[in-house]
Amino acid sequence: MNAEVLVENVLNALTAGLTIGCIYGLMCIGLGLIFGIMRIVNFAQGELLMLGMYASLYLVTGGGVLAFLGPYFGPFVGALCAGPIVFAGGALLHKFLISRVSGLRTAGSLDDGHFGQLIITLGISLILQNGGLILFGSTPETVRTPLASRAFEIGPIIGDATVFLNKARLIACVVAIITAITLYLVLEYTRLGKSLRAAADNPTAATYMGIDVDRAYRIAFALGCGITAVAGGLMATYLSFGPFIGLDYVIIMYSGVVLGGMGSILGAFWGGLTVGFVQQCSSLVLPPQLQNAAIFVVFLLIVMLRPQGLFGRSAERA
Amino acid sequence: MRQGAKTRLRRDGIALAVLTVAYLAVSVLVTNSYYQLILTLVPIWAVFGVSWNILSGYGGQLSFGHASFFGIGAYTVTLALVYWNLTPWIGIPFGAVLGAIAAIVIGTPTFRLRGHYFALAMLAYPLFILYVLQYLGFQEVSLPMHREHPAAFLEFSDQRLYTLVAVGLLVCGLIICMLVENSRFGLALMAIRQNELAAEAAGIDSRRWKMRALITSGAIAATAGGLYACVLLVVTPDSVFGLLVSAQPVVVTLFGGVVSIWGPVIGAAILVPLAESLNAEPGNIIPGIQGVVYGAAIILIILAAPDGLYWTIRDRLFRRALPEPAPVLPATPARQVVQHGTAGTELMRVENLSRSFGGLRAVSQVSFSVAEGEILGIIGPNGAGKTTLFNVLNGVLTADEGVATLAGQSMLGRKVHKVCRMGVGRTFQVVRSFPRLPLLDNVVVGAYGAGLPDDAALEAAVGALARVGLHRQAGSAAGQLTNKQLRLMELARALAGRPRLLLLDETLAGLGRDECDEVLDVLQRVREDGMTIAIIEHTMHAMMRIADRFVVLDHGRVLASGLPREVVEDRAVIEAYLGSKWLARQNA
Repeated sequence: MNAEVLVENVLNALTAGLTIGCIYGLMCIGLGLIFGIMRIVNFAQGELLMLGMYASLYLVTGGGVLAFLGPYFGPFVGALCAGPIVFAGGALLHKFLISRVSGLRTAGSLDDGHFGQLIITLGISLILQNGGLILFGSTPETVRTPLASRAFEIGPIIGDATVFLNKARLIACVVAIITAITLYLVLEYTRLGKSLRAAADNPTAATYMGIDVDRAYRIAFALGCGITAVAGGLMATYLSFGPFIGLDYVIIMYSGVVLGGMGSILGAFWGGLTVGFVQQCSSLVLPPQLQNAAIFVVFLLIVMLRPQGLFGRSAERA
Repeated sequence: MRQGAKTRLRRDGIALAVLTVAYLAVSVLVTNSYYQLILTLVPIWAVFGVSWNILSGYGGQLSFGHASFFGIGAYTVTLALVYWNLTPWIGIPFGAVLGAIAAIVIGTPTFRLRGHYFALAMLAYPLFILYVLQYLGFQEVSLPMHREHPAAFLEFSDQRLYTLVAVGLLVCGLIICMLVENSRFGLALMAIRQNELAAEAAGIDSRRWKMRALITSGAIAATAGGLYACVLLVVTPDSVFGLLVSAQPVVVTLFGGVVSIWGPVIGAAILVPLAESLNAEPGNIIPGIQGVVYGAAIILIILAAPDGLYWTIRDRLFRRALPEPAPVLPATPARQVVQHGTAGTELMRVENLSRSFGGLRAVSQVSFSVAEGEILGIIGPNGAGKTTLFNVLNGVLTADEGVATLAGQSMLGRKVHKVCRMGVGRTFQVVRSFPRLPLLDNVVVGAYGAGLPDDAALEAAVGALARVGLHRQAGSAAGQLTNKQLRLMELARALAGRPRLLLLDETLAGLGRDECDEVLDVLQRVREDGMTIAIIEHTMHAMMRIADRFVVLDHGRVLASGLPREVVEDRAVIEAYLGSKWLARQNA
C-alpha cells in the first residue's frame, strides 16, 4: 500500500476513533451511574439510547417544537433536550418498577436484587423495543443535518495525506465532552452529587445520615437515563437508527463501564472512549464484520489483565 | 449424598415420573403440528434453563452468555451433518463434549473474575462467536433432509417423536440436577454462592467446583442447542448465539424459581407457549405487540413473585409445613480427642512475616510460635495488623517476606482451601455464614472441605455441633441464628474439618458478658480435647481467662510476648493500649 494512503487512513481512523469515542464515553457515563455506581443491572439502557434518538428526531424534524432552529443548531439542541424528556421517563420507571428490586429493599439480600433487576429491565427493554416498533415504525431514520456530509480538512500533512473531520461528529463530540464535564462537576462538588454518591455507596448508612435514599436513587437513575439519551440524540445526527438499535449498543456500554472500572464516572468515560477508539482503529486491519469482535477481544483482554477495570479499585475485607 | 437426600430424591423422582407421563400423554393427543412444536420447545428451553441454574443458580456465578454453549451444540450438530453426514444421534453427544471443552476454555480465564465482571465477560463470548461465524459465512445453514433413513438422522415426519426426544433429554437434565443438588457438589456450590471466602476457608476448592459446574452446565446447554437445531432444521448465528438466546435460560429460570429443580421447568412451561402464541396471533396483526405483552407479563409476575413462581407458591401453600424437622442428633457424641503430637512441641512457627499495603506496613517482621495444645492470645489495639496477620497465614493475602510453617511445612504461597487442608481452621471477625443453609449443612461444608466421605462428614459435623452445644438448632437456617450462635457455628465449621490449629478472629466480638463466658467455656473444652488455638482479641479480661501466652501487636510489630501476667505489666503494652498520658499519670 502507498505510504501516503496508509498515513491518511491511520490518521482518519484515529480522529474518527476519538470523536466517536467521546460520544460513546458520554453514553457509557449514563450506564456508569446506573450500573457502575448504583449496581443496578439495567438491560434496557440501549433502549434509552434509542428513545433519546427518537426524542431528538421528533423535536427537530417535521413540525417539532425545535424545528425553527434549523438544520445546523436544531439537531444538537434536540439532543440536549432529549435528556430531560428521558430523564422524566427514567424517574417514572424507577418509581414504579426499578425501586421495587433495588436500593434499600434489596440491600443486604443474597443477590442484592440482581435477579429481579435482570428480569424487570429485560421486560422493560422488550416493551420499549417493540413499543417503539409499533409507534415509530421500522423505517430507518436519521436526524438530518447538512453538517453530516461536510468535513473540516486538515492538511495535506505528508504528501497528499489529509485528515477529514466530519463536522456533525465533531460538534457532537464537543457537546458530549461539555455534557460529561458538567455532569462530573455536578456529581463531584454539589450537595446533590454527594448525596447521590453516598446513597449509592452504602444505602443503609446514607439513610442514617438523613439522606432520602429513595429520592437520591431516583435522581441518579433518571440522570443515567437522561445522559445516555443525550448521547443517543448526538449519535442520531450521523447514523441511521431503528427501534432495535439499542441491542447493538448495550454491549458496547457495558464493555465501556467495565473497562473503565465500575463506580467511577470518569472511568466510564475513558472506557467508552477506549471502545470507540478500538472499534474505529480495528477498521484499518479487520473486515467490517469483525470490528465488533475486536471490541470483545480487547474487552476480555483488559478485564483479564486488570479485573478491577482500568480506573477501578477493589477491596474486600476478610 | 447429603443429609435428607433420600427423601428429597424420592419426592422429586415421583413428581418427575408423574409429570413426564402426563406431559407425554397430552402431547400424543395433540395433532396440530404448530402446537406440537410448542410442546417440543418447552422441554428444550427448560433443559437450557436447568443448565444455567446449575452454574448461576446453585453456584451463583451469574452468566449472561450461556448462548455460547447452546450455539456450539447447535452449530456442531448442523455442521457435522452437513459436512460429514454425521447423524445427530452422535452429533448431539459430540456437541455436548465440545460444549464441555468450551466450558474449560472459557472458564479457565474467566473464573479469575468475580461478580459483575464475570457475568459481563461471559456476555462477550457468544457475541464474539456470532460475529466470527457471520464473517466465515455461516449466516444460515439448513440441515439436509435424509429421505432414506429419516429416523437414523433424527428426522421425524411425526412431530410427536421430537417431543418424546426432548422430554427424554429434559428428564436426563433434571436427574443430573437432582444428583447435583443432593450431593456435596451442590452443597459446595451453594456455599460458594452464599459466601465464597468462607467456603474456601472451610477447605472448599471454589475454583474447581465452579469449573465443574460450568463444564456440567456447558455440556447440558450444548445438548439442548443440538436438539434445537434438529427441531428447527435451520440455524443462524442470531438464533443460537444471539443476546436473546442468552437471556432465555435466565428468564425461564428466574421466572420459575432459581436454585430449585423445578424452576426452569415451570418457567419454560408458562413462558414458551405464551411467547409462541403471542407471536402467532397478535404478532401478525400488529408487529411488535407480542414483545410488549411478553415484556409486561414477565415484569408483572416477577413483581408478584420476586423469588420466582416455585418459591412463592411453595411459601404460600405450605408455609405451615415449611420448617423442616430438625434432624435428630445424639446429644452427647463421643469426644473427639485430637492426637497429633505431644503437647509442648512447636506446631506453628512464624518468622519475620511482613505485609504492606502501599506504604502502610500492616504486618512488619512478625515472629512468634504456637506450641501444640496451647491457646495463644494475639492482642493489640485496632489497626495493629492482627486480622491481616491471619489473612496472610491462611492464604487470603500473600506475604511480602518471611516464613510461616505448620509442623515444618510452609503455609505461605498456598491457596486458602489448601491451607485449610493442611489442618488450619479459621473463623472471621465478621461472621461469614451460609445464611440460607441449615446449620448442619453449614458445618458439613467444613467436613467436606477436609475431604471426608459423606458418612464421616455428617458424623464429624454432628460431633462438632454437639461440641459447641448447638445440636438442637441443627435444622434451622443460619440466617436465623443469634450472633453468639453464629460465632459458635463458625467454630463448629472449623472443628468439623478436624484441624490441628484454629485461627479465631475476634470470636468474642459483640457478645455480652454471659455469652462471652459461654463461648470461653466451649473454647476451654475444645482445648481440653487437645486442640491448638491462636485467638485474636481486644478484651484483656476474657483473654486472661483462657490464654496460655500472649503476643501483643502494635502498628504491625510484635510489641511483647510471653505469659499473660508479664505482658499486662509491660510498660510498652500499657502505653499502646491506654496511651502515654495514662502511663505518666500512673507513675506520678
